[in-house]
Amino acid sequence: MAMTIHCDIVSAEQSFFSGLVEMIVVNGTEGELGIAYGHAQLLTTLKPGPVRIIKAGGEEEILYVSGGFIEVQPGLITLLADIAERNIDEKSAQKMRDEAAQVLANAPADVDYSRISAQLAEAEARLRTLQAIRKASGK
Amino acid sequence: MAGGKEVRTKISSIQSTQKITSAMEMVAASKMRKAQDRMALGRPYAKRIRAVIGHIASASAEYQHIYLQEREAKRVGYILVSTDRGLCGGLNINMFKAAIGDMQAWQKKGVEVEICALGNKAAAFFGNATGRVIAAVRDLGDSPKAQKLLGPLSIMLERFESGDLDRLYLVSNEFVNTMTQKPTVHQLLPLVKISGEKLQHKWDYLYEPDPVTLLDGLLQRYMESQVHQAVVENKACEQAARMIAMKSATDNAGDLIDSLQLVYNKARQAAITQELSEIVSGAAAV
Repeated sequence: MAMTIHCDIVSAEQSFFSGLVEMIVVNGTEGELGIAYGHAQLLTTLKPGPVRIIKAGGEEEILYVSGGFIEVQPGLITLLADIAERNIDEKSAQKMRDEAAQVLANAPADVDYSRISAQLAEAEARLRTLQAIRKASGK
Repeated sequence: MAGGKEVRTKISSIQSTQKITSAMEMVAASKMRKAQDRMALGRPYAKRIRAVIGHIASASAEYQHIYLQEREAKRVGYILVSTDRGLCGGLNINMFKAAIGDMQAWQKKGVEVEICALGNKAAAFFGNATGRVIAAVRDLGDSPKAQKLLGPLSIMLERFESGDLDRLYLVSNEFVNTMTQKPTVHQLLPLVKISGEKLQHKWDYLYEPDPVTLLDGLLQRYMESQVHQAVVENKACEQAARMIAMKSATDNAGDLIDSLQLVYNKARQAAITQELSEIVSGAAAV
């Protein structure tokens, strides 16, 4: 059995996961990270996207995280999410993406680009997560 | 029947007070449940982020964020979390006492004190008392919004960054259980190192993207979460304290009514006896 490390995933609203993991895969701002036992101490911000948890025993779970921070200590991983979701509403995510894409396509002068593109990125990350969940459960 | 009527009006007025207090007790009980849920939801995040910040404070980092720098105290700031309304027993007063005790210890050393008041009661109390109120929020409401707290918090943080404040404390009530709320004074800035945990060697994080932007974001989030959690927790304390205060008020009203009823009955009996003896003696005279 692979070496495991304790991992806590909390959002501002609730605690999502607490337990031993073999590895956790997250989207950092600088790229995708796979963190397992023995990782160096690390502190990074997260991009919206899926978080893949490989629990002790090999069971996998995928969550959506809208952003936040992850801290790695020798015996502990702490993921502080802004918003985390277990069940993703596909319709509302699609609607959000379409709306944002439309606003960007029309490009009115008074548009707040950073906000709209953040919304677009979040919606796309949600849909990506959903796909990953489907793929994992379809196996 | 002297006094009988007055006693009766007194009883009925106490009865209507009792109705109000028992209604307030029930309202507080239902609000407390909601406030407690809200507090429980936010707790894991606040706890974890505090642990992470403790790690950061004890790391020997190459980039020392201004929030980590220990300075000689010339002026200290307090963020006081109070309730909007009264009728909640000694909750606010106990908290103010704890805060004032702490402030006086500083003032004896010649350190100035500045105050940021959250909630009507702290704003009113410290508006008249010693110390300088530099920011205040009134009417927090039942479900305190984080946005409402950001303004005064950022004022305090700016004053710390510019060197006007050398310490920042957060004073609020800790929810132990429904019967007990404990006033606590918690140091926000500079960040407190974790004591007791012995780290053998010096270490530093790998930062992505870079320590400056990362720590700025994380520490900002930390401050917001600590203050917001304190306000939410204080709300649960307020409802619990109000429930207990109103329960004892209802009980006291009941005791008062009982003793007044006794007085009334005695007066009534005495009046009847007197009337009877008058009639009897009147009849004997004829």
